[in-house]
Amino acid sequence: MSNQTAPGSAPSGGQLMFLRAAKALRTPMPYLAFIGIALWLGIYFLLNEYWKIFPFYKIPGPVEVVTEWMNKDPIWGTSLFTEDYYRNIWVSCRRIGIAFALATGLGVPLGLFMGWSKKFKDYTFPVLETLRPIPILAWVPLAIVMFSGFETPIIYLATLASFFVTALNTMLGVESIDESYFRAAGCLGSKKHHVFWHVVVPGALPFIFTGLQISIGVAWFSLVAAEMISGDYGLGYMIMDSYMVNKYTTMVMAMLTLGFVGWITSAMVRIAGYRMMQWRQKALGQGGA
Amino acid sequence: MVEKTVKAPAIVRLFRDETFRRGVAAILVFLVLWEIGAQFKSWFGVMVPFIGKVAPPSAVVVRWLEVGQWAGYWESWYLSTGRVFLGFVVAQVIGIPFGLAMAVNKYFRGMFFPPFEILRPIPPLAWVPASIIFWPTTELSIMFVTFLGAFYTIVINVLGGARSIDIQYLRAAQSMGASQWDLFRKIILPGTLPSIFIGAAVGMGITWEVVLAGEMISGGGQQGGGGLGFFIWSSYMGGVMDQVIVGMISIGLAGYISSSLIRYVGYLAMPWRRMF
Amino acid sequence: MAANPNVASTAATQTRGAISIRNVSKIYDPGGVNVLAVDDCSLEIAGGEVCMIVGPSGCGKTTLLNAIAGFHSITEGQIDLDGEMLCGPGKPLADQGADRVVVFQNGALFPWKTLADNVAYGPIVQGVMSKSEAREKAIHMLDEAGLSGVADKYPGEVSSGMARRAEIVRALINDPKVLLLDEPYRAMDALTKSIMHESLLEVYDRTKVTIFFITHDLEEAIFLGDRVIVMTTRPAKTKKIVDVRIERPRDYRLLSSEEFRVLMEETKSAVHEEAVKAFEAGERELA
Repeated sequence: MSNQTAPGSAPSGGQLMFLRAAKALRTPMPYLAFIGIALWLGIYFLLNEYWKIFPFYKIPGPVEVVTEWMNKDPIWGTSLFTEDYYRNIWVSCRRIGIAFALATGLGVPLGLFMGWSKKFKDYTFPVLETLRPIPILAWVPLAIVMFSGFETPIIYLATLASFFVTALNTMLGVESIDESYFRAAGCLGSKKHHVFWHVVVPGALPFIFTGLQISIGVAWFSLVAAEMISGDYGLGYMIMDSYMVNKYTTMVMAMLTLGFVGWITSAMVRIAGYRMMQWRQKALGQGGA
Repeated sequence: MVEKTVKAPAIVRLFRDETFRRGVAAILVFLVLWEIGAQFKSWFGVMVPFIGKVAPPSAVVVRWLEVGQWAGYWESWYLSTGRVFLGFVVAQVIGIPFGLAMAVNKYFRGMFFPPFEILRPIPPLAWVPASIIFWPTTELSIMFVTFLGAFYTIVINVLGGARSIDIQYLRAAQSMGASQWDLFRKIILPGTLPSIFIGAAVGMGITWEVVLAGEMISGGGQQGGGGLGFFIWSSYMGGVMDQVIVGMISIGLAGYISSSLIRYVGYLAMPWRRMF
Repeated sequence: MAANPNVASTAATQTRGAISIRNVSKIYDPGGVNVLAVDDCSLEIAGGEVCMIVGPSGCGKTTLLNAIAGFHSITEGQIDLDGEMLCGPGKPLADQGADRVVVFQNGALFPWKTLADNVAYGPIVQGVMSKSEAREKAIHMLDEAGLSGVADKYPGEVSSGMARRAEIVRALINDPKVLLLDEPYRAMDALTKSIMHESLLEVYDRTKVTIFFITHDLEEAIFLGDRVIVMTTRPAKTKKIVDVRIERPRDYRLLSSEEFRVLMEETKSAVHEEAVKAFEAGERELA
């Protein structure tokens, strides 16, 4: 890497991406990936549409799904070109956005304080740990009773799941900070709020972002469940609804869309993390800290 | 000059421990607030938002004592636990070797990781309808979804764990004449154990969620019905809210016990970590 | 016994940073078992002196440093700084402060701040300088320490030698009375170490700050110090004090001189004895 660049200036941005891509293409990896995916799609197609083996043929194969997806006038009513497809996507995304924002806004500060002050943790952690083992879905009936309408219980469930994960990981993050940093800040004359903003928060960031990536997955998990059980609109609802009326192609479409959207939101969180933790990228880029 | 202090019996020490006392106090406060909020309407005529609609802890306790005498309640425990256990074991049996294979052999990983990763973001529950269509019985379809949930978790953890083994251990072993199989059995496997157990503990939580969902969605009415999920759902359908909460706490308890069991097994299986 | 010329001359020009450790004992209680880490230790350190503390690992020397810095409390005794009590009866834990700054064994530069921001941190949080002033001074001092190109890099991007030097600059920008160093060069190779030594000596000659330096490297101790205090294995007590009466400024040629060899002989047997005891006791090092 170093003999291609001028001393003192590492490649960055687009140039870096290009170098990495070029390097990757020389390994067998991308080709294997291609084979792996092709193999999977191939078997899927063969089993479902070509050979029509029981019970595989009951589920639409890849060709069928893609054709429907790109159909301007879809047989089953939903495709890239219909309005309700995007409406379902939007509704789910909006709910995830609200839930994630709430969970992060509540969970991160709580976690930070729990990690920082033993006293605070002693009072709050037991209550949290008692509620945490209850699976999110077990809350469904209670949520429906507590909150009116459809929207609130769904968002509540997704928020709850996400909140536990975020708070826990944030707390662990603070606890993982090496004692030396606190001592260094102390002997340099910091006051408590300095320590909070300059040591606790940045020090916990790596764990916080790991937690956020997990929590957005968990939020999706809970959201889909809630939508399937008691929803109107949303990708989870779309899956359940199309299943109920035997529109299996639409169902598979919804599943794959869900996977894709979930992946994008996860990637967004990861990228946000990379930006906020520049120091890690640069340190790791040097071949290890 | 080292003196051993005389220690009071464990129970007394527990009660003297500040952390323990604060925790107990906090939980008590939580219960009291809940009781007040839930009972507010019948005491003072004003409905507290949200909490006001929930059954109070006192009612829950009473109901639980009642329910504890029904055979059906304990049968639910048995059914759910059985499903969780089965799905979990299958996920481990398939997932751990799969994960290890991907960690050890880069061609295997190159081929199988991409499809794995592509399907991973789809939440297990989204597979339920497809699973019901595909599998002949409801039981098997729930099993499959349970398997999926735990499978992904364990594979990711195994991969992460195996790849983080310090290469120096491998080199040390090789320089002492270890064969590939030796390397695997004596270094990679034990080195990955901590991650396997973490993956198992997390996977356990997911397994419970999925079993619960499966039981609630499938209505539990047909063959292979029952279980704690069904217990909660039917209590809800019958409008017996305090029983719903009994169910919730029961599941929470069951999940906690199973996770603790895993952690205990991990503790036994990894003596070198006991110093901490 | 003639006075140590280095200590005498510095003490004459400044009375700042004199530490008085009197009858200090420290008992730890990890897991219900009392461990006596420091046993009735007394030591007088003059202002501007370079005091090296040598002893086997885990003997409790870090405990003394921690007590002075205010990280741990003491069980008995008293520690004064320039006549004022830091900790003692009625106040077992000293306040932490920028008059006694620590440089840590494994380096404690904040990984999420650039070197310049790290150095500027102290004056900013103490409210002594504005952000821009502090930054300017930080860059200036980093230049002086030979770190001009890397002020805007993160600690993870520079070598450990540079990071450690930057950490010392971070301490010095606060004009402390005492610089507390806890085996700062322990993890470095001999070549980097020698550069660190020269850098530290240069800094000392300029600022004459009191240095309390813990090390297990005897050569380092004699090369840098005015006095070498040999400590016993746990519980720590002063075993032997060796005066290093070599003029300053010093350079590496000192290492092959006769004077140096004599001092090494004088100190070596004492250290070795304690090292053997510690090894046989098989204690795990007190972190």
